[in-house]
Amino acid sequence: MNKVFCGVDIGASATKLVLIDAAGQVLARVVRPSGVDYAGTARHCLETASEDAGADAAPACTVATGYGRDNVDFATEKRTEIHCHGAGCFHLAQRALSIIDIGGQDNKVIHLDDRGRLQEFKMNRKCAAGTGAFIEEIALRLGLGVAELDSLAAGTDDPVSLGSFCTVFAKTEILSHLRQGVPVEAIVRGAFVSVVDRIIEMDPLEGAVMATGGVVAHNPTIVEILAARLDRDVSVPESPQFTGALGAALTARGLFDDQPEGDT
Amino acid sequence: MGDAIKKIQATGLMRKLMGAYFAELDQAATTRERKIAWCTSVGPAELLRSFGFLVYFPENHGAVLGSSRLAQELIPAANARGYSPDICSYLTSDIGSYLKGQTPLTKAFGMAGPPRPDVLVYNTNQCRDVQDWFGFYQREWDVPLIGIDTPRSLGDITRDHLDGLIAQHKALIPVLEEVSGVPFDLERLREVVASSYRCTLLWKQVLKLATHRPSPITFFDGTIHMGPAVVMRGLPQAEEYYEVLVAELEQRIADQAAAVDGERLRFYWEGMPVWGKLRDHAELFANQGTCVVASTYCNSWIFEPLGCDDPFEGMARSYTELFIVRSEEYKQRYLKSMCDDYAVDGIVYHDAKTCPNNSNCRYGLPQRLARETDVPYVIINGDLNDLRLYSEEQARTQFEALIEQLQASR
Repeated sequence: MNKVFCGVDIGASATKLVLIDAAGQVLARVVRPSGVDYAGTARHCLETASEDAGADAAPACTVATGYGRDNVDFATEKRTEIHCHGAGCFHLAQRALSIIDIGGQDNKVIHLDDRGRLQEFKMNRKCAAGTGAFIEEIALRLGLGVAELDSLAAGTDDPVSLGSFCTVFAKTEILSHLRQGVPVEAIVRGAFVSVVDRIIEMDPLEGAVMATGGVVAHNPTIVEILAARLDRDVSVPESPQFTGALGAALTARGLFDDQPEGDT
Repeated sequence: MGDAIKKIQATGLMRKLMGAYFAELDQAATTRERKIAWCTSVGPAELLRSFGFLVYFPENHGAVLGSSRLAQELIPAANARGYSPDICSYLTSDIGSYLKGQTPLTKAFGMAGPPRPDVLVYNTNQCRDVQDWFGFYQREWDVPLIGIDTPRSLGDITRDHLDGLIAQHKALIPVLEEVSGVPFDLERLREVVASSYRCTLLWKQVLKLATHRPSPITFFDGTIHMGPAVVMRGLPQAEEYYEVLVAELEQRIADQAAAVDGERLRFYWEGMPVWGKLRDHAELFANQGTCVVASTYCNSWIFEPLGCDDPFEGMARSYTELFIVRSEEYKQRYLKSMCDDYAVDGIVYHDAKTCPNNSNCRYGLPQRLARETDVPYVIINGDLNDLRLYSEEQARTQFEALIEQLQASR
């Protein structure tokens, strides 16, 4: 059996796990809600992924990332999600890149040079405005499922303006719009525009831009709005929710390769 | 602290001296045999001491409230009285402490509370909040409130600036004479200022030892060991303490003993400490081979102009040449020179929500400095005392990502 390398990204909302082989080919991807037992969720993801990949041996090396990176008992090493998103996206793009990752509880802007080296990064302020948590709150306020939002937002090009930084105040603004009979589609699109505006405020975005994260995976309309706001193409990898886990797996492979002979 | 943190042996002496300092204040508050002045952290302490006042610094109490995390229970009490959660959390912690009758000084030094003042003396060089803070106690206790209003955002400091500030210092004298019952004595002031100057030189020597690689001291150590330079400057005990501390740190250098084992990276901390997370931050950096070697904060208690011939000129210049009251251009030059002097690999800017004057990342300075120096940085959002404004996970990820970035580039 060829060696398998594992990357696990325990985010605020979801745990993503990727297995790759020595050539960097993805063998399996698994995503589950992070829940309250991070270690158990990570182990469950590994069992499922190993089954999917037909891997009968434990990974040769595992790197954990995300907020729960300290909780993965089978991890060899841990890295920040900044590093892992960078590694995963550069593997896919092979060029200098600005990455926008929209996660459940935070947003990141990561700048890589043409060798994939981290040049600069920004995270959102403590406030969750513009993150997945914001979108979940808006869905709750509107009595909608999160999965319904994207098609609603795509159905109009006339968003309402949600001016508040604060998620709670934005919900109050939505109440006001509802009272005035504004269509739900316009409110949802307004929320998406608000998410994009919070990201654009974080850092200048120049050159090639790639968007990743669970919010991007489930809401392609946000990427359309982002591209329009930036007036440039925004690429999205095939599995945007998994770039952090992929980068962790690639880092695991690199760590294994760097080990002195005999340690393996 | 954990194994990653190297204990400084002089800490025992510092605790003893601080204990004696507070005991003297407590006794005076009980017997009223000596007069007590409250003074802002960079207020005219030397002038007050020249009249024989015992000097108490509420900002020191603010830091103790933060580091003990008692602030979390006290700030809401001040918020409820109309002191906004958006203003200085030293102020809201301290006023909350007064309102609820709780202070770490009780456990540490057996004090019922801070010593009640006979006069309140501020300098707005730190912020306007200190004036409002002392104003609360003026209304509570009906004691005189006097102070110095320092201009802000200064580039070059002119003769006009200094003359105005000297005049303001001298204008305090009649009130201080009346409250203390002691006539002003220029020679006594010279003696106190000279002592304060000697303290400043020793404190500077302590901080400069961190230019050595590996550094014998961290920023986190510095925030604790600056205590005597803040509350005892002008007293011989402060000089005594720093002579002992300098000797210990020089011995560390001679022994090649590092404050952080295996020091690989050297960081600068710009802004206030997150007092309630001081130990966590110290351990986080130490565990990753990163020594935070220097800071604006600890260096803000170096007052070299106190060495000039005229004590009023010395005080006026010392308390106006401070980083905190200077222009963005000055601050950038200062930070650039600190990066060079301490061979800094990365900078942490702490954007303290309730302390705008100590948050130097709100007008593009980190970006400008990074372009000039190529030293990477992170900005963490937090606060000096109000941990409701701090996100542990986001700060940790940013610290670790900066360390990863620097390690990968080597």
